Amino acid sequence: MSLLELKNVSKVYGSLHALDHVNLTVEKGEWLAIMGPSGSGKSTMMNIIGALDKATEGEILLDGEDISKKNAKALTDIRRDKIGLIFQQFHLVSYLTAVENVMLAQYYHSVPDEKEALEALERVGLSDRAHHYPSQLSGGEQQRVCVARALINYPEIILADEPTGNLDEANEEIVVELFRKLHLEGTTLVVVTHNPEVAEVAQRTVVLRNGRVDHETINENFTGKIKHITLQ
Amino acid sequence: MKRRKMYVRMVMASLLRRRSRMIIALLAISIGAMILSGLVTIYYDVPRQMGQQFRSYGANMILTAEGETITPEQVEQTIALIPEDKLVGAAAYRYQTVRINDRPVMACAADLEQVQKTSPFWLVEGEWPSQEGQLMAGKNIARTFNLKEGKRTTCTFAPEAQTEASGSETEEIIPDNWTDFTVTGILDTGGKEEDYVYMLPPDMEKLTGLPTEYDVCELSVSANSDQLSELAEQISTQVEGITARLVKRVTQSEDTVLTKLQSLVLLVTVVVLALTMICVATTMTAVVAERRKEIGLRKALGASNESIIAEFMGEGIVLGAFGGLLGGLLGFAFAQVVSRNVFNSSIRLMPWLIPVTILASVVVTGIACLIPIRSATQIDPALVLKGE
Repeated sequence: MSLLELKNVSKVYGSLHALDHVNLTVEKGEWLAIMGPSGSGKSTMMNIIGALDKATEGEILLDGEDISKKNAKALTDIRRDKIGLIFQQFHLVSYLTAVENVMLAQYYHSVPDEKEALEALERVGLSDRAHHYPSQLSGGEQQRVCVARALINYPEIILADEPTGNLDEANEEIVVELFRKLHLEGTTLVVVTHNPEVAEVAQRTVVLRNGRVDHETINENFTGKIKHITLQ
Repeated sequence: MKRRKMYVRMVMASLLRRRSRMIIALLAISIGAMILSGLVTIYYDVPRQMGQQFRSYGANMILTAEGETITPEQVEQTIALIPEDKLVGAAAYRYQTVRINDRPVMACAADLEQVQKTSPFWLVEGEWPSQEGQLMAGKNIARTFNLKEGKRTTCTFAPEAQTEASGSETEEIIPDNWTDFTVTGILDTGGKEEDYVYMLPPDMEKLTGLPTEYDVCELSVSANSDQLSELAEQISTQVEGITARLVKRVTQSEDTVLTKLQSLVLLVTVVVLALTMICVATTMTAVVAERRKEIGLRKALGASNESIIAEFMGEGIVLGAFGGLLGGLLGFAFAQVVSRNVFNSSIRLMPWLIPVTILASVVVTGIACLIPIRSATQIDPALVLKGE
């Protein structure tokens, strides 16, 4: 059974079809990249998959459960329990330290555990920056905190929206490596990106155009092997 | 870590690490709480302050004898029934007609120290009699007999004199007793008091040969009309042979002024509360507006509306509590300044007002936060995360 399945999903804003009868399947443990030009429906798809928005029509099956008809409260529960979100602009709470930002996701999910949060930061190479505020961290470090926050509750799927959009090349490589590690550990990843270099390291790439799936490519060179990058 | 500990950590971090905005909110609450606490202090202290002011207009309770006279024992029994902190003065008067230069004059004997307390508006040119052999003359009497401060005069007493004083004619008056007095002061009240001479009770006893007893006793009590009525009833019941009556002209004026003053203070208090609520609501609305992205993020991470409400309400309650504490203390200082400038006296600290101010401040802040918090729960995480 697929982890995520979109069946004829449309999202209409007035006369604009942001998504137009899209069908998409994501297998458990798969690393999928979604690409497309601006206005192609990438963000809309991200919001719908991430239970942040509702489709106008169609079915969205997440782990076998149709979430398309769920109310706002049920969608909140789904986001909390099954989805890890990574944003282009990081969206860390400015007055909480790195570890507190990670614990925030635990707080809404179950019980905050500082030790576990510190371990998550260690996984992304930020154990020494755990008690720094976002303003004291570089963009790459903030994005790594965001990754640690996304994976802290062991979600079914991690959705990343332009995760390297605000990063320099060195930090981009670090984040991509983190994705490789997560993928190797069996995490399902859906990464929306403009960047072909980020897309080509995924197992499969779906290209959207005008709200429709234009084409798909399978990365035949995909190895999933981790490069040895020192996380600083 | 327990959820509660993380909750407290988040609320305190939000307050302490976003100081500039929170200081504005805290100031808004503190100023409101300060005025609220100050006005409530004044509201409760006004009767005491005004009561003291009103006491300068004279006695507000009169004791009369059911028989012929009031004995000193009856006066003492009456005073014992009045709480010490409420009794301003108790002056008992004995009136007798005496003669000066063979002409009848109404003499009044009283504890003149107490008279100064019950009738502080009496204006004396010179000194009040403080020992036996001294006399104070009313202005009209002084003019009639050309009495001046330091001048000596002789008063005589004869039972027949009473007939003379009441207007009847007598051909010859034989003085039975006489006493020399030194005039120490001239009394100016603008009233009938200027037609009397005043002496101490031992002088009257010596002059008339009659034991000290009184015709009337005036009491000045710092209390409202209800308390006075109750006290009068108690005195009339418990002190045999005495009837206590209120001087309604004074007590009713006091009540009217106090009621109007307290109503005014109450009205201002309500207006201040409303203004505080608007001010806090505006500040919290601004806080919510500038934290739209953060709220959106929290919702994206799975925060329920209840969690968002609890976090903002927690911040509001902490702000309200600290603002209330600060405002409560500043309010006492504010009331003290007002009291010293308006009433020329210090105000009493009411310790219970501090927790009450904190509670009121928390409630007002909580109510003021309701609308901004409601708008916070309606923030769409998808829109916020897109940066709209």
